[in-house]
Amino acid sequence: MPPTTAPVVETRDLYVYYGKSAAVKSVSITIETNRVVAFIGPSGCGKSTLLRCINRMNDLVPGARIEGEVLFQGLNLYGHGVDPIEVRRRIGMVFQKPNPFPKSIFENVAFGARINGYKGDLGELVEKSLRQAALWDEVKDRLNVGALSLSGGQQQRLCIARALAIEPEVLLMDEPTSALDPIATQKIEELIYNLKQDYTIVIVTHNMQQAARVSDQTAFLYMGDLVEFGQTDQIFTNPREERTESYITGRFG
Amino acid sequence: MQDKDREHTEKLFTSTRRAAGGSRDVDASDPIIGEEALGRAGAEPSDAFGSPVGPLTGVGMIATEAALQPPSLSSPTRRRVQESVIGAVLFLATGVSVLTTLGIIGVLLYEASSFFRHVALGEFLFGTRWAPLLVPQSFGVLPLLAGSFLVAVGAAIVALPIGLASAIYLSEYAPARVRGILKPVLEVLAGVPTVVYGFFALTFITPILQRFWPDTQVFNAMSASIVVGIMIIPVVASLSEDAMNAVPRALREGAYALGATKLEVSLRTVLPAALSGVVASFILAMSRAIGETMIVAIAAGATPNLTANPMESVQTMTAYIVQVSMGELSFGSVEYQTIFAVGLTLFVITLVMNVLSIFILRRFREVYE
Amino acid sequence: MISPQQRRERFSPRQKQRGRAAMALQALFLAATLVGVVSLAVLFVDILITGVGHISWDFINSFPSRFAERAGIKSGLSGSLWLLGLTAAFSFPLGIATAIWLEEYAPRGWAMRTIQANIANLAAVPSIVYGILGLAVFVRWFNLGQSVLAGAMTLTLLILPVIIISSQEAIRSVPSSIRLASYALGATRWQTVSRQVLPMALPGIMTGTILALSRAIGETAPLIIVGALAYMPFTPSGPLDEFTALPIQIFNWVSRPQPEFHVLAAAGILVLMAVLMTFNLFAIMLRNRFSKRL
Repeated sequence: MPPTTAPVVETRDLYVYYGKSAAVKSVSITIETNRVVAFIGPSGCGKSTLLRCINRMNDLVPGARIEGEVLFQGLNLYGHGVDPIEVRRRIGMVFQKPNPFPKSIFENVAFGARINGYKGDLGELVEKSLRQAALWDEVKDRLNVGALSLSGGQQQRLCIARALAIEPEVLLMDEPTSALDPIATQKIEELIYNLKQDYTIVIVTHNMQQAARVSDQTAFLYMGDLVEFGQTDQIFTNPREERTESYITGRFG
Repeated sequence: MQDKDREHTEKLFTSTRRAAGGSRDVDASDPIIGEEALGRAGAEPSDAFGSPVGPLTGVGMIATEAALQPPSLSSPTRRRVQESVIGAVLFLATGVSVLTTLGIIGVLLYEASSFFRHVALGEFLFGTRWAPLLVPQSFGVLPLLAGSFLVAVGAAIVALPIGLASAIYLSEYAPARVRGILKPVLEVLAGVPTVVYGFFALTFITPILQRFWPDTQVFNAMSASIVVGIMIIPVVASLSEDAMNAVPRALREGAYALGATKLEVSLRTVLPAALSGVVASFILAMSRAIGETMIVAIAAGATPNLTANPMESVQTMTAYIVQVSMGELSFGSVEYQTIFAVGLTLFVITLVMNVLSIFILRRFREVYE
Repeated sequence: MISPQQRRERFSPRQKQRGRAAMALQALFLAATLVGVVSLAVLFVDILITGVGHISWDFINSFPSRFAERAGIKSGLSGSLWLLGLTAAFSFPLGIATAIWLEEYAPRGWAMRTIQANIANLAAVPSIVYGILGLAVFVRWFNLGQSVLAGAMTLTLLILPVIIISSQEAIRSVPSSIRLASYALGATRWQTVSRQVLPMALPGIMTGTILALSRAIGETAPLIIVGALAYMPFTPSGPLDEFTALPIQIFNWVSRPQPEFHVLAAAGILVLMAVLMTFNLFAIMLRNRFSKRL
C-alpha cells in the first residue's frame, strides 16, 4: 500500500440540501495529496453534488445549502470570510460536456490567467498548460484558431489545459469522458495518470471500469450516503459492504 | 513543482495581488512573505504568479505540517468593493424602469386630482359634452370615449378576422418558403410609422370612401378605423400564430388520423386549443387601437362627437391630447389639467386591457401533457 | 362487426363536399393574408407617386416655409438626428445594464418577477402616455423646457422596455456552460459577464437596440406633447434648444388642407422611410454577419 500523504481535501459530516431534500448525507471523506480519487455510484447518488462542494460551485445553484465542513488544507471552505472566487482559483474543474469559450485556443487557455492578474509570459503559460494536457503538438501552429473547430476529445483536453493554466492544487473532473469516443477517452485517462504527479485529482465517473483503471482510491455513493471508501483494488475485488458488491457486480445501477 | 514552492508561490500571488490593490492586510503571520510581496508588486524579476527567482528558490525544504500556514481564502478588499459597486450601478439602472411606472402613475394622479377639484368626477365620467376650450366649458368625457371606441371597434372588425385568417394560413397552410416571405412583410406593417398611416388614411382612403358614400365627411372615423385596423393586423396575426404553433404536432396528427380535412384540423382542433392565445391577441390589439394617436389625429377629426356613425368626424382621447398640446398651454390651468385627466382615463383603460390579455393568456393556456 | 353497408349508413363522410369547402376556405385565408401585403404595397405606391417628384437636394436642405415650393425638411432631419444621438446615448447603457442585472445579478424571487412584469407592461403603454410623462417631468419639473434633451429623454423611456426585453433574450441565449466554465476558473461575476457573456450576446443586443431606435425615429405623438415645434426655421445647436423632427414636419404638412403640402408630406415620408430602411437593413446585416462568425 502506498504511504499516506498529507490530506489536501477533507469533508466532515457533510450534508447538501437542494431545497428540502438531502442530496448528500453525512459524508466524511479524506483526499490525500497527489492521489486520484474516483466517486462512483448510480445516477442521482450525489457524487456530482459532492464534487461541486469542493470548489463551491454549488453556490451557483439556487436553493442549495450545506451543513458540515469541507476542509482544504485544513481551512473550512464554507467558513466565514472565505471567498468562493479564491477557492476556485485553487481548485479547478473540468465538466462533463467540453465547454470551451467561443474564442481562440490561446485565449481559452489564457483566460483564467488574465482574470487573475497573471504577470508572467502568457505565451509560455499557454504552452506549458497545453503540454500538460497533451494537446500542444496538435495545436501549436494554430493557436489563434477558434476552439470550437477542435474535435470533442481535443476540446476536452483544451478545457483541462485551461483549468491547469491557473495552477490549481486540486483538479475536479465531473464525468470528463462520458461525452467522448473511446480513443479520446483513453487519451484523457493517460493524461490523468501523468497529471497525478503534480496535482490531486478527484474524478466522478459512472463508468466503473474507468474508475478501476484510473484511480488510487474509490468512493462508492448510493442515494446520498457514502457507502464505502477505500483503495481501488480493494473496492473492486473485495468490497466490504454488500451494497458496494451489488453495484460492482451490476446487480443494479 | 515542489510542494513548498507551490505553497510559497500561492501565498506570494495572493499577497502580491492584495498589495497591488492597495490593501495593507498582507499575511501578517508570515513576515517573509509579506515583505517579499510588497517588494514584488510590480517589481522584477519574478516568474509566473510572482514566484521568486533568486535566493529562495534553491531552498527545497520539506515543509512540515506545523510550518504550513493555512491558505488564506478571503477576497481582496479592492475586488470586493469593485464587485459591489458594479452590482449597485446595475441595480440603479434597473430602477429607472420602476421609476418610469411610478412616474407615470404619479404624474397622472397628481395632475388629475387637481383637475377633479375643479370638475366633479360624475360630470367628467357621464357628461355628454366635451368642450374644455370653448365657452361655456363642458367636461364630459363620453364623446372622447365614444370616439376612441368607435375607431377601435371599427379597427377590430378589420383586423380580427383578417389577422386570425392570416395566422391560420401562415401556421397551417403556408409552405415554408411562402411563410418566410409573408411573415416578414407582415412585420413591416407593424413597423410603419403611424404618421405615415395617417397620411394614407386622409389622402387615399377618405377620397375612396367619399366616392362610395358621398355623405362621408373629410374627417371621419371609418377611414381611421380601416387604417388602424391594417396597422394592428400583425398584432393579431403574430400572437395568434404563436399560439397555434405551440399546439403540438401530436394533436394534429391525431385528428388527421381520424380522417379530418386540413380545414377541420385547423378550425376544430388547433384553433380551440390555441383559443386563449387568440383571445389575448384580440384584446391586446384593441388596446393598441385605443392608444393609437397619429392616425386618428390626422384622419378622424378634432370635433368631439358622441355618435355611433363612423362616417362622421369624431375626436378620440388621444387626438384631443394632441390638439391641446399644440395650442398655448398655460401650466396649471384647467385646460392643461385636462391632458392628465384624459390621459389617466386612457392609461387605465389600456392597462386593464393589457393585464386582462396576459391574464387570459396565462390562466386558460392549454396544458398538453 | 358492422358491415360496410351499415358503416355507410352510420357515417356519411361527404368527403367531396368537405374537400371543396376546405379548399375554398384555404383560398379565403390566403386572400386575408394578402390583404395586409396588398395594403402595404398600395400605401407605398401611393406615397411614392405622390412624393417622389418632389425629392431633391433642395428639399432636403431647405427649411420649412409657408410657401410649399420653398419648404424643405432640413430642420426636421437635423432634429431627428439630434434626437437619435441623444436617445441612443441614454437608452443603450440603461437598457443593457438593466438586462444584465435582471439576467445575471438579480436573485430569483418576487422582486425580480415584479420588475420583469412591470417592464413587459411598460412596453404596451401607449406612446402618448410617455409624452405626458415627459411633459410633466422633463419639461416642467426638470425645467428642461421644450428642448431636444427633454424629447430624447422621453423617447428613451419609451423604447427602454423594448431594448431591455430584446437584450435579455440575447443574454439568455448564451449557454450556461460558458458561465460555469468561467466561474470554475475563479472569475468574478462581473468578469464572467463582461468577458464572456456580453461579447457573445452583443450582436443580438445591438440588433434589438437598432430596431428600437428605428421605432423611436418614427414616433410623433410623444414629441408633440413634449413640445416639438411645428415650424422651426433653424437647426438645433445644443441639447437645450427647441427642436422639430421629421415625423412632426410630416404631420404638420398633412394637416394643411392645400394639396401642395400633401405632396411635401409624401416627400417627407419617403425620406423618413429611407432612413428607417437603412436602419433596419443595418440591423439585419449586423445580425447575419455575427451569426456567421460564431
